[in-house]
Amino acid sequence: MSARNLAISAALVVAVALLALVPSVTNGYQLSLAINIVSYTVLATAWTLFSGPTRYVSLATVAFFGIGAYTVAVLGEELAWPLVLLIAFVIGFVLSLLVGLSTLRLSGVYFVIFTFGLAELVRQLVTWYEVNITRTLGRYVFVDITTSQIYWQLLALAVIVFISGWLIQRSKLGLALRVIGDDEAVARHVGINTTLAKVVLFAFSASFMTLAGAIMAPRWTYIDPAIAFNPVVSFQVLIMALLGGVHRLYGPIFGVIPLVMLFEILLAKFPNHFSIMVGIAFLLIVYAIPRGIVGLIEGAQLSLNRMKGAKA
Amino acid sequence: MFTEPLLSGITLGGIYALIAMGLTLQYGVARIMNLSYGESLVAACFAALWLFTAVSVNPLIGLLVIVPLAALINWLVYQVLLMPLVKRAPSRDALEVDSILATFGLLFVAQGVMLAIFGGNYFSYSFLAIPVKIFGATVSASRLLALGFAVVIGLALYLGLTRTRAGTAIRAVAVDPVSALLVAIDVRATAAFAYALGGALVAAGGVLVSMFLTFNASLGVVFTMKALIVVIMGGVGNLLGCLIAGMILGLTETFVATYVDPGLTLAATYIIFILVLLLRPQGLFGARRS
Repeated sequence: MSARNLAISAALVVAVALLALVPSVTNGYQLSLAINIVSYTVLATAWTLFSGPTRYVSLATVAFFGIGAYTVAVLGEELAWPLVLLIAFVIGFVLSLLVGLSTLRLSGVYFVIFTFGLAELVRQLVTWYEVNITRTLGRYVFVDITTSQIYWQLLALAVIVFISGWLIQRSKLGLALRVIGDDEAVARHVGINTTLAKVVLFAFSASFMTLAGAIMAPRWTYIDPAIAFNPVVSFQVLIMALLGGVHRLYGPIFGVIPLVMLFEILLAKFPNHFSIMVGIAFLLIVYAIPRGIVGLIEGAQLSLNRMKGAKA
Repeated sequence: MFTEPLLSGITLGGIYALIAMGLTLQYGVARIMNLSYGESLVAACFAALWLFTAVSVNPLIGLLVIVPLAALINWLVYQVLLMPLVKRAPSRDALEVDSILATFGLLFVAQGVMLAIFGGNYFSYSFLAIPVKIFGATVSASRLLALGFAVVIGLALYLGLTRTRAGTAIRAVAVDPVSALLVAIDVRATAAFAYALGGALVAAGGVLVSMFLTFNASLGVVFTMKALIVVIMGGVGNLLGCLIAGMILGLTETFVATYVDPGLTLAATYIIFILVLLLRPQGLFGARRS
């Protein structure tokens, strides 16, 4: 490890340690804002983990997030907390494997369409099950977990997501995915099992989202299918990732922080026109900054370097 | 007992086929994967409702106003919002990804506008809700009328695409936009026209649906999903495929709703979708893509 890498790693460790201190220096409102930021960081980074290199747009974030939340609502009181999280992870993993295996063999557009309706499908199935089998709609989440604990768990999950992403990028799988993103036909010709690579990565990305949902569940005391599977969440995650930039793993953070703040303001000032505002913000991003903030910074650096080179 | 779900299934299937024909024009010709497609349908439902309740205009006359208006709006959306994406896209695949993102944004704007105006409640109005007896089954007259209109519109579209010069140009662009340029077809204008035509079809579908279905502002996603499934099942760009796939979907849904559980119709739709993806991803009538 070079001296520069060592310095970066040390800085990151210090940063995480400082972030872990947030609950002890903030009030309730600030902490809930911090929880939102970390939870969207996990979701947007997990999204980028798969959709960044492969360029397959997944619209199903809230399907997995909601499944995680529901797992807690159903099992939270009956099993030990780590076991509940493990079960949520496994459910997310298995479901995403099924989705991946049935769509990722084909061209990307089938995957997009499938994920587009997945949240609605899961929501309707959960509703049907609750109404017909358990005869309730909506559940109370009574789990003995404090707000600070939620924050720490999310922070730990964020660290895990980043480390996994970093390891994947350095591995053969990461290289394979970059080739797939550039040209899938070429990837197949050089002997990459493209389906396997895509499915495995999608499953990891989706399981992280499921875990985030499970950890966030105690934030709500009451959940029903409409709350847990709110499609706006998928949309927000997509916007944040795109604003930040999806070709770098750390890109989404640059989108998450400003947008969590913006949405907070919008939700307070225009509660009835929220989704219009979010839609317009999204369109602006798609048109004006297709490569995200990180793309803008890198582009500026590149032209700066060129100018220096021209002078020299 | 059996003919009743059969008849409503055929009605629903005919409407689905009509809606999917519009989407196959937008996707197959203009290469825009329009995720806000269902929002156009719901908007047409609300327009028909407003015309009927506020100005007491019969929805069939409403078609004459709503359909051209929808074509114009869709044409403008293509020219203003989608043209920049068409121009900057290096390839058709890149355009597909960009259009998915842009229309996903449009979906939330359109849905938000409708939620702000109409709220989240379900709406319906009573037009020609007269029971009619056919083959021993009782069906509402509005359903039969909707089916009749769907057949006429679908047939007109089919003849227009196969028998006229403009229709041939549209099909040429769908098959190969580069070669279409070589025979002096204005590909961008044709794509814009196909996009507008698709919007007109879905608006017609919306007006017809509003005559016998209850709807609310957030129903668009479900219709987009169903139209997409029908298009894929029928094979992209294949009108006959749309018809048969639409019928399969409409009948399956109605029978599941009648004999199994109305809450499981979307699940049934998804099972069909998965079967198509696993067994025949190019669609029932589509050619295998390389």
